[in-house]
Amino acid sequence: MAKYIVKRILLAIVTIWAVATLTFFLMNLVPGGPFLSEKAISPQAQAALEAKYGLDKPMIQRYLNYVTSAAHGDFGDSLKQRGRTVMSIITMKFPVSARVGGISVLVSLILGIPLGCIAALKRGKATDSVISVVATCGIAVPSFVICTVMMYFFGVKLGILPTMGLETAKHYIMPVTALSFYPTAYIMRLMRSSMLDVLGQDYMRTARAKGLAGGKILFKHALRNAILPVVTYVGPMLAYTITGSFVVEKIFVIPGLGGEFIKAINGRDYTLIMGTTIFLATLVIVMNVIVDIIYKIVDPRIKLK
Amino acid sequence: MAEYLVDIKNERLSFFTPAGEVKALNDVSIRLKEGEVLGIVGESGSGKSVTAYSLMGLTAHPGKLLGGELQFNGHEIETMSEKEMRKIRGNEISIIFQDPMTSLNPVYTIGNQITEVIRLHTDKDGAQAKARARELLELVGINEPDKRLKQYPHELSGGMRQRVMIAIALACEPKLLIADEPTTALDVTIQAQILELMMELKDKLGMAIIMITHDLGVVASMCERIAVMYAGRIVEYGTTDDIFYNPKHQYTKGLIRSIPRLDTKEHERLIPIEGTPVDLLNPPAGCPFAPRCDAAMKICLREMPPETSFGDVHYTKCWLSQKEEFEKGASHE
Repeated sequence: MAKYIVKRILLAIVTIWAVATLTFFLMNLVPGGPFLSEKAISPQAQAALEAKYGLDKPMIQRYLNYVTSAAHGDFGDSLKQRGRTVMSIITMKFPVSARVGGISVLVSLILGIPLGCIAALKRGKATDSVISVVATCGIAVPSFVICTVMMYFFGVKLGILPTMGLETAKHYIMPVTALSFYPTAYIMRLMRSSMLDVLGQDYMRTARAKGLAGGKILFKHALRNAILPVVTYVGPMLAYTITGSFVVEKIFVIPGLGGEFIKAINGRDYTLIMGTTIFLATLVIVMNVIVDIIYKIVDPRIKLK
Repeated sequence: MAEYLVDIKNERLSFFTPAGEVKALNDVSIRLKEGEVLGIVGESGSGKSVTAYSLMGLTAHPGKLLGGELQFNGHEIETMSEKEMRKIRGNEISIIFQDPMTSLNPVYTIGNQITEVIRLHTDKDGAQAKARARELLELVGINEPDKRLKQYPHELSGGMRQRVMIAIALACEPKLLIADEPTTALDVTIQAQILELMMELKDKLGMAIIMITHDLGVVASMCERIAVMYAGRIVEYGTTDDIFYNPKHQYTKGLIRSIPRLDTKEHERLIPIEGTPVDLLNPPAGCPFAPRCDAAMKICLREMPPETSFGDVHYTKCWLSQKEEFEKGASHE
């Protein structure tokens, strides 16, 4: 296990380096720059700014400089948000997104797993059809539609839910619902199909032949085998969800990290683009390692190599 | 105490599929005393497993028991609730399945899966159950039982897993063990070991066994009684000697003809039973075997033959036997 974790960390460093390199050069290939705006600034001022941030140097030089300082944990200053480091922006915005996203993932697990199981157990009956239709809708309808519809009904028409900010628990209801809609639907479908598969297995028949009660058979023998696809999906999904959704954050005016991604790209805020990308890549990698370890715990047949 | 451990009378069971009613069991009657070994033989889909499963209340959806009485050890199975059935399953009746590779849950240890059934049906605590599990593994001939208890199914071979399945089945000392083709998925050498183990345990523990198989060799060596099933009916029933040395039904004769023998000459062909099994969605009006029978008469296609008995045990359902017996009776007069 220790050997496996060391190996994964080394591999992770290589992956993050590759992601950083690719992002760095692709981002620099895009025309434009951080200091171009509609209000033209004097060439001298622009040159001074570029010199200050080291943008006047050749690309290879800048790349090497960035990698060296990033390796030392310095991700530089934001080019657009004056006086703030990339790190400070991430540490300030990430907790907000993580809270909304984390709650959403929790909600989708709490709803998705049991509903998927119920659909599988009631296969072909009305309950199954209703759950399947809802799940398909959840996957097909984009989140901005859900946001807008909810905002119109609960925020404007009925006036029972606040439409912006995150001050009270009530504020979380709509953004969390919007964010958890898709994953809930997806988990429901995953759970249903893997549960159906497990229910047909021979060891389920053995469990019944032992005289075990329905609940015990379901929770002990079926669920642990059926949950694996959900574990696989939830790992990376958690990484993406807790780093924030641009759409949901924009609509509900949530000061999260999701908005920063898009703002950084639009404004060619090179250092922030790099910082957020590396941050997301790291999270995804960490989640994948955690998923692998959980996998090993749930299913002893899996060998971590 | 009833005379028989198992007494199934005129069981009828159908599967209600979207295509229509599949009559899986028609008028099946089986009797078994304590400690007896009954073999049920027949081809795939003849109703062997369904008969046994229905006795455990394990008939899979969309199967439905339509009639008949199923008595087991003084219980009226057909009237019992699922909750009452659960107390019997794994306790008084146990089953071993065909494929040991998939019949154990891959994510739990062997120990967990054995102690589970012990703790369910007895009031032993964790430590006692574990001790019992260890004892059972020794009983079924598994070496290093302490190590095995902590292992997972994928760490054991097929033969070992089948031994574990037997250990689970025997955990609560059942009165009846149903073995549903227990050796079909195993190597020939392992097959012999498992069968030997079962017979040994039967003598030690005194349980009755219902052996479901399509291997006549297995029943010949193990069983005292044999029921031959075809298309959801028992077409012939008798002692092992009756079936092998004095088969009456054309299907039984065909089965025996199709086994290779030691005295078979080189280049001599085995005689297969021609044709295909009957479609249970639309069973014929008469004897279900008539379309494949060499000796079929007109009446065979029209009417189901009644039972013809030869002695106490041996009977068949065949018009030919009926005719022979009638002629014999007539010549005596």
